[in-house]
Formats: sequence, C-alpha cells, structure tokens
Amino acid sequence: MTRVFDAPRELVFQAHIDPRHVPHWWGQRSSTTTVDVMDVRPGGAWRFVQRDPEGNEYAFRGEYREIVPPERLVYTFEFEGMPGHILVETITFEERGGKTTITTTSLFDSREDRDGMLESGMESGATESWDRLAELLERLQKQATARTS
Amino acid sequence: MTTDHLSTTFAALADPTRRAILARLAKGEATVNELAEPFSLSLPAVSKHLKVLQRAGLVSQGRRAQWRPCRLETAPLHEVANWMEDYRQFWDESYHRLDEYLRDLLMQGQEQGKENPRD
Repeated sequence: MTRVFDAPRELVFQAHIDPRHVPHWWGQRSSTTTVDVMDVRPGGAWRFVQRDPEGNEYAFRGEYREIVPPERLVYTFEFEGMPGHILVETITFEERGGKTTITTTSLFDSREDRDGMLESGMESGATESWDRLAELLERLQKQATARTS
Repeated sequence: MTTDHLSTTFAALADPTRRAILARLAKGEATVNELAEPFSLSLPAVSKHLKVLQRAGLVSQGRRAQWRPCRLETAPLHEVANWMEDYRQFWDESYHRLDEYLRDLLMQGQEQGKENPRD
C-alpha cells in the first residue's frame, strides 16, 4: 500500500510513533481509539483499543521490531479478535518536494508452530506485497467463476 | 472454538509453487501428473504441496489420488479476500484521517508562527 501526504517526513513519522498523535487518526472514523500500551523501541509492545458507538471494543496489538526515524518502521500487527495470524508490517517514509510517500509492505507470518495441521513441507511466510496478493486472489476467483458459469 | 481457517489459508498461499498450482487449477481440473509437469518437482513433492492446499480447503481431489483430477475450491479465497478488503478499508480510512490530521497540525503550526513571529 502506498500513500502520499502533503507533510514533511519527520511529522508523518512522528504521527506514527507519538501516542498523543495516534488517537487522532488511527482506526475507523466511527470509533474512538485509545492507546493502551505504546512502548516505542525494538521489542516494545503496543496495544490500541477501538471503541465503536455501541460500546463494543476491538483491540489491536503488536511489537515494534525496527524504529529508524524518520525513514523506517517495522512492527507486528495482530487483531485480538482473530489471534494467531500476525502480520509483520514494514513502513518506509520517503520525502520529495515537501511531500511524504509512505509504503507499507505486509508479510504474512505463518504460525506453523501453532497450527499443528500444517506439514513440514510448509515454508515460512511469503514476502508478498499486498497489492500482488490482492491481484492474485481476484484473478483466481474470476477464473474459477468463469469456469463454472 | 473453530479452527482458524484464515491462518491456514494464508499459510497455504505463502508458497510460490502452491500459488502456481492454484493458478493452473483456476483454468480447470488437472491430475497430479499434469500439475507436476511445469515444475521440475517429483510427484511426492507436488503431492506434499497438494496436501497443504487440501487441508486449507483450497483443493479437492477424488479418492484415487493418482488418477482423479484435483479441483480448485474458492470458498477459502473468498474468506481471505473479505478479510483483506476489511484490512485495506481500515488502513484507507486511517490514512484518510491522518491526511486531515496532518493538515490541521501544519495549519496550527503556521498560525502559531504568525502569532509569535520570530524577530
């Protein structure tokens, strides 16, 4: 995923790692975000809780792996409601002409140790950019639908 | 609690050979021999990949494995696609909010600059 912001890199980076900034943008607009834990250092934990208008809470958590201001941030991401499939997110921040481009790559962390159903033939998570996987899924579904119709 | 199918599906997709097998099956059924052909893999190696795909519910196969064709089952893919769509929307919306928030911050900074001009 790629996104451009009309702001300097340092500020965009700060928005990602400062607990005072995070609740102002992170998560769905209809919900409020609370920073429960945010220990911004390698190995440090983070946990944000989203509360929707009905009062339901959804918690997300992870661990920071790399923090290189203002250019790179790597952390794990897990939705507590669906534990076990953890993503490793790598965000890079590039600035050009006062605008910052952030690029996020998500790596599927296969929990083969947790999921006993997987055989030893399984390789560990693929480094697949989000868009490429989305394209593949779309293609597979379309072709399969075309075949059966 | 039911098995976490989503994780199993992601794990099954996390291999280029398996993705290539799925791409081939999307065009139509194939026997294990037909699937092995484009790769320089042994039949047992292809079978191992197929087992992973079968466990994820992505591929189904007749009983007499050697001769009956394999077919692509798309239900797990729909589940993954839905999950990915939710995830993408989550970030889409978050980054939209970030865009607005950054503009606010920068505007506040400019206004403060005007109120307290440096000499």
